[in-house]
Amino acid sequence: MAVQEVALARAPEMHPSIITRLHELVVTVDHKKLGLMYIAAALFFFTVAGSMAALMRLQLVVPNNDFISPQVFNRLFTMHGTAMVFLVGMPILAGLANYLVPLMIGARDMALPRLNAFGFWMFFFGGLLLYFSYLAGAGLSGMGSAPDVGWFAYSPLTARAFSPGMSTDYWILAILLGGIGSIVTAINLIATIFCMRCKGMTLMRMPMFVWLMLIVAGMILLAMPPLSAAQIMLLLDRFLGAMFFDTQAGGSAVLWQHFFWIFGHPEVYILIMPAFAVASEIIPVFSRKPIFGYPFMVAAAIMIGFISFGVWAHHMFTVGMSSIGNTFFAVTTMLVGVPTGIKIFNWLGTMYGGKIRFELPMLFCIGFLFQFLIAGLTGIMLAAAPFDWQLSDSTFVVAHFHFVLIGGLLYTIFAAIYYWYPKAIGRMLNKKLGLWHFWLFTIGFHLTFDTMHIPGFLGMPRRIYTYDAGRGWEVFNMISTIGVALQAAAVLCLVINLLWSARKGEKAGDDPWDAWTLEWATTSPPPAYNFEVLPKVRSRRPLWDIKHPEDPDWRYE
Amino acid sequence: MADNLNIHQIAVVPEQVTNIFKPLATPSESIYQISLLTLAICGVIFLIVGGLLVYTIIRFRTRSNDEQSEPPQIYGSNQIELAWTVFPILIVFVLILVTARTISDVQNATHPPDSLKVTVVGHQWWWEIRYPDLGIVTANELHVPVSDPAKPRRTVLKLQSADVAHSYWVPQLSGKVDLIPNRDNYMWFDPKQTGLYLGNCAEYCGTQHAHMLIRVIVHQQEEFDRWVLEQQKPAVDNREVTAGRKVFLSTSCVNCHTISGTIAGGKFGPDLTHLMSRDTLGAGAIKNTPNLLRAWVHDPQKLKEGCLMPDMQLSQQELDLIVAYLSTLK
Repeated sequence: MAVQEVALARAPEMHPSIITRLHELVVTVDHKKLGLMYIAAALFFFTVAGSMAALMRLQLVVPNNDFISPQVFNRLFTMHGTAMVFLVGMPILAGLANYLVPLMIGARDMALPRLNAFGFWMFFFGGLLLYFSYLAGAGLSGMGSAPDVGWFAYSPLTARAFSPGMSTDYWILAILLGGIGSIVTAINLIATIFCMRCKGMTLMRMPMFVWLMLIVAGMILLAMPPLSAAQIMLLLDRFLGAMFFDTQAGGSAVLWQHFFWIFGHPEVYILIMPAFAVASEIIPVFSRKPIFGYPFMVAAAIMIGFISFGVWAHHMFTVGMSSIGNTFFAVTTMLVGVPTGIKIFNWLGTMYGGKIRFELPMLFCIGFLFQFLIAGLTGIMLAAAPFDWQLSDSTFVVAHFHFVLIGGLLYTIFAAIYYWYPKAIGRMLNKKLGLWHFWLFTIGFHLTFDTMHIPGFLGMPRRIYTYDAGRGWEVFNMISTIGVALQAAAVLCLVINLLWSARKGEKAGDDPWDAWTLEWATTSPPPAYNFEVLPKVRSRRPLWDIKHPEDPDWRYE
Repeated sequence: MADNLNIHQIAVVPEQVTNIFKPLATPSESIYQISLLTLAICGVIFLIVGGLLVYTIIRFRTRSNDEQSEPPQIYGSNQIELAWTVFPILIVFVLILVTARTISDVQNATHPPDSLKVTVVGHQWWWEIRYPDLGIVTANELHVPVSDPAKPRRTVLKLQSADVAHSYWVPQLSGKVDLIPNRDNYMWFDPKQTGLYLGNCAEYCGTQHAHMLIRVIVHQQEEFDRWVLEQQKPAVDNREVTAGRKVFLSTSCVNCHTISGTIAGGKFGPDLTHLMSRDTLGAGAIKNTPNLLRAWVHDPQKLKEGCLMPDMQLSQQELDLIVAYLSTLK
């Protein structure tokens, strides 16, 4: 104890040089540092890919706009989609899981710290490689720049004949690297959760966050390999004439779609489960009640995980499957609605009868609940295969999945930042700026994406760089673009808040939210070893038990 | 360049021409029915769950007078869990039955033998349209007969692709179906009204995906028969433009374009035999007027950037002659 106090007292005077600190980042295997590096890198790629979206919206603000050329536009939506999924969504979930899982299960680090660092650097350099294509995509043939085949890169558009130059190769390699990063993170999470839990933490006493991350990790292990395999096959096609997907040589275009979506649909759930994970931690704390129906929440999440592997071809209702195939995938897709409904109802049940405190994390979670509800319902519409024949590949679909990924995932990411920043940095984020962030972003988000559903009803396809006047699309596109300005201003508020509060924010203390999981039992920020003494738990809410010895949870569980 | 101002005004079309809620054929109507049902169910769910959320948030907000104490700790309830598992299952069950029926109605329909058969081949970035039974080849603008209740007439499209994946989508007639290389897909419709129907390519297919306009012109039967007769004729052979014809046939235009009755037999680009019977050029990129046709032949890259027709580097004189010749191909 004495040694530690001396070390803490001396720390502020030391001021290590920038080189030393950078060196430390490069060599670190600490799960908290890696977690924050993941999140910082993801936020960086988020601003880049978000700016690309803003450019696309500027091009579409009026019909027949000449702001950017079709080639540039096509690169923008490809890079935006690829980056948001593989360089923002995946790493931010890896970052949150890395930072929080060991703390929540009372462990000192991840099970495989070096593998952890390896995963981060694979993702990070994969991301840089993807953007490097803007400089090097032309290759020796002098054709091409950044990839322009769309984020799901339907063959045979990716064949040499239609995609000359190296741009598609950069896309393949970047995603392969990111895939390796994701797979090792998943292995590490599973190993950590199964082997490193503190005394007393049975599986059914784990925080919901940890349960959901375990399920996500399992899904990554099953979903990533088909994608990596398909990428390698495509690489063989492009360099060795393997002809898996090369239709001009008798390959199959639909095969690629199956491979891609058998990864791609579970991927959507891989991205949304972390949102569930965050909401399942924050909603109880700010409703002052335990999560309602914990075993049902766990079971529902596992069911979603399983069903998500049997729904992939609902992305392919228009490729000409048989009526039996279409019906099968419509049925499985609608079935996902049942466990997803259970989750929403249980969050509602958690809030019902509580004392809801409208702190920033809770505000973003409430936004998440409403928006995810809408996203789920538009998902049901798309699952009705005949309705999908009209809506597929229209702006309605774009609006739907942005409701899932922004309205759902990003809102909980924001909630997570406001909730755990005090733990990671030791200071609170400014509430006033946070409220500006919340309201600007919410208004902007709804301006952009509520209106985007409608041109889909009116026949506007997605991924078109321009459109003619007179089809009733103009006003909705105009409003969509205006919403982007508000969202950008909101993100600026967040960035300023993150930087400002790190130095000037109010001191957080160990447990600013009066929360119940183990990460709040240690200091803010936690020491390198997390806990001086590894905790012992007797229930799902160990800190509740300590704070309420007269009425502990373990009596009821 | 005055034309530039209005090159994009393809035609005056009614506002609702691609609205999926204004169906004008049997498949789009079946889809419309199920859309309304789905929208209604989802709307009711939204009102109920959203209403409960709003109620909960307002009713159970922390009030300033009792911040200290914790509310009763409730861990769950098996009965309630059962209820909100069973109700969604019932709703899903209903939706599944309706969905399965509509899928079958649209996909498994048997077509009467007198249905008009058309093959549509997607190209980067235009539509090749063939009527195998009528011996007609044209591009971008699909002409079909109307289906009136007294004399129903269906059109069945066989959908293919020459290069990458495309998708054929005319919202008022049918849902979309993809055109995929090495594969035959089918779509059918029976337009209830004459007139112009619009649609777009709905699967990203490369640089000019935005300019793959679909125009379907629905005629009365007699009018359609007249159109067929016109299209079946060989290309007009007008003596006044022999010089232009000669230039056209002596340049590499013939490697990509077909004009029936001449040596021009290329298959990469649209058939030009009856070019002037079409209203648009470049798959709806511009209107087909003499000035714009000249601008197009001169440098298509200016009007449809990235399209596969190159600037042929023609002299002004060659350009005049070729355009004069093309203008006669009624």
